[in-house]
Amino acid sequence: MKRTFLKTVAIVLATVAVGGAFAADITGAGATFPFPMYAKWAEAYKKETGTGLNYQSIGSSGGIRQIRAKTVAFGATDAPVSGADLEKDGMVQFPAIIGGTVPVINLEGFKPGELRVNGTVLAEMFLGKISKWNDPKLAALNPGKTLPNQNITVVHRADGSGTTFNWTDYLAAVSKEWADTVGKGAAVKWPAASSVGGKGNEGVAANVTRVKGAIGYVEYAYVKKNNMNFLQLQNADGKFVSPDDTTFAAAAANADWFSVPGMGISMVNAKGANSWPVSTASFILMYKDPADKAQSAEVLKFFDWAFKNGKAMAAELDYVPLPDALTAEIRSKVWSQIKK
Amino acid sequence: MSVGTTMSAQSAPARTADAPTKSMVSIARRQRLQDIFFHRLTQSLSLLVLVALLAIIVSLFVYAWPAFHKFGVQFIWRVEWDIINEEFGAAIAIVGTLASAGIALVIAVPLAFGIALFLTETCPVWLRRPLGTAVELLAAVPSIIYGMFGLFVFAPLFADYFQMPVQKLLGSMPLVGFLFGGSTNGFGILAAGIVLAFMVLPFVAAVMRDVFEIVPPILRESAYGLGCTTWEVVRRVVLPYTQKGVIGGIMLGLGRALGETMAVTFVIGNANRMPTSLFSPGTSIASTLANEFGEAADFHLSTLFALGFLLFVITFVVLSAAKILMLRAEKAKGL
Repeated sequence: MKRTFLKTVAIVLATVAVGGAFAADITGAGATFPFPMYAKWAEAYKKETGTGLNYQSIGSSGGIRQIRAKTVAFGATDAPVSGADLEKDGMVQFPAIIGGTVPVINLEGFKPGELRVNGTVLAEMFLGKISKWNDPKLAALNPGKTLPNQNITVVHRADGSGTTFNWTDYLAAVSKEWADTVGKGAAVKWPAASSVGGKGNEGVAANVTRVKGAIGYVEYAYVKKNNMNFLQLQNADGKFVSPDDTTFAAAAANADWFSVPGMGISMVNAKGANSWPVSTASFILMYKDPADKAQSAEVLKFFDWAFKNGKAMAAELDYVPLPDALTAEIRSKVWSQIKK
Repeated sequence: MSVGTTMSAQSAPARTADAPTKSMVSIARRQRLQDIFFHRLTQSLSLLVLVALLAIIVSLFVYAWPAFHKFGVQFIWRVEWDIINEEFGAAIAIVGTLASAGIALVIAVPLAFGIALFLTETCPVWLRRPLGTAVELLAAVPSIIYGMFGLFVFAPLFADYFQMPVQKLLGSMPLVGFLFGGSTNGFGILAAGIVLAFMVLPFVAAVMRDVFEIVPPILRESAYGLGCTTWEVVRRVVLPYTQKGVIGGIMLGLGRALGETMAVTFVIGNANRMPTSLFSPGTSIASTLANEFGEAADFHLSTLFALGFLLFVITFVVLSAAKILMLRAEKAKGL
């Protein structure tokens, strides 16, 4: 009896020790927006290599905080860290996936994508200057449509968020007034008198679907998942486009990634006839001289594998994978800086 | 273990009626040691509560210090919450917290009083148990459920069937009209207060029922025997007798309403603006913390700790005010 017990203990201990040695899971933390993508990649990667990924989607600022505290092997953020800060912390930054933020609405009698707006009118709606759906400026953009005399309720993120950073980055790019009075950031002072906050993409989606006449912004995945009504947006070339992976990819195609240190370029209001104006990349942060070099190498292996084999999975989830030319440059110019 | 020996030791002198034997002295000494040990143990356990409380206050204050240092006492009444420019003030969140909790109590206390009264005084006996259990069960529902109910069921109905008609009816009235102005999208201070009222109602009602039940039947029956009506019995006998418990129950509800996080976050609107009417969206201290803590860094984080510290202070002030009121009432009665 006693011997069997000891034996079991020994076996359990041995398994833990061996298992621990083999399956050293990669640890990462940060942005919620790419989480579904990373989770899917990680699942397939684990099947192939046996190495798992432990990614905590705690938000972009949380990801930056965790990598600075060195509790994770990589951090993930939607709002890029500036070149100066990267230099100071001894970190590198590279994009991993591209997606888009979409204005969603709740207005009876219109199909998804039936109504159109341009950047300035959208900014005025979020500023609270346009407070009714039948405002002449909205009507002028939508000839032949009968817009209801309904109050606009602006729904925004109540928590700090990379999505908010991208959204306000866009509004600041298209509206001088927005740039001057509100600015851009992971959380801003929402000026519209009607604005209410929701926690997370889910919270904004829930509030928009509950409140008649609401307008909000969510990641594209949530538009599809909740079958939400969205607006067409006018891009920098003056064309009205709908959000999907082709228009996100078109915006990314014209990006000059290495024009900014840390590749932290803003793709908002990108040129190109087919570009979705609020397309954004999600970034990965790593140390140049990591404390745990084995872990760091595993992270690079994971992203190397994902860049090569993860494209079909990205398309399934409506994310845009990085083009091969760009991933080759990331390997040669960015990953080469990380000590192995 | 010592029960058996103690028993025999106690019965021993009855038989022999002698001077204390050696074994009895040792037993007494051991029991004394046990008593001291037990006394110390329970004492240190209760002191632990005090230590934990102090540790929480101190660590909250230490983390909050940068915010208090920068803004001073003004932090409490500054109407500003601008994360980008790092301009912060607690007034918006404090007003939201106090207003929603206040509305909750105004609605919940009379209802709870009615429920408790019915259950203890006029309810037929066969209905008493199922109704009482139902109230207790409601108190056990997790707050997130109330929040989801508030967002998905209550808010849309509240917008269409309360906010809009009331705004139409009273919105342009002088003096009170401003209370019903603003957006009618189902969120806001009043919506949060009503959901909170649903939440604290069973708590307050359950406590009130329990304290009403401990009134000695002899008091009640004497009053009825003198010809009192039910209301007179409640007003003159039950309420004075249970005053302490009733206030305690209300304070329990208020404490829950002040600190409630998720249910409020769902319906208050999460807008960092000073509410101008009952319908305007606002924010409470607890919901601001829940929303912003995950993404806050550096100075912003310290202002959130400062908000937490203020919530602590508010709760403390409210509870001590209640205690003082109670003591004063007792003194006035000469108890």
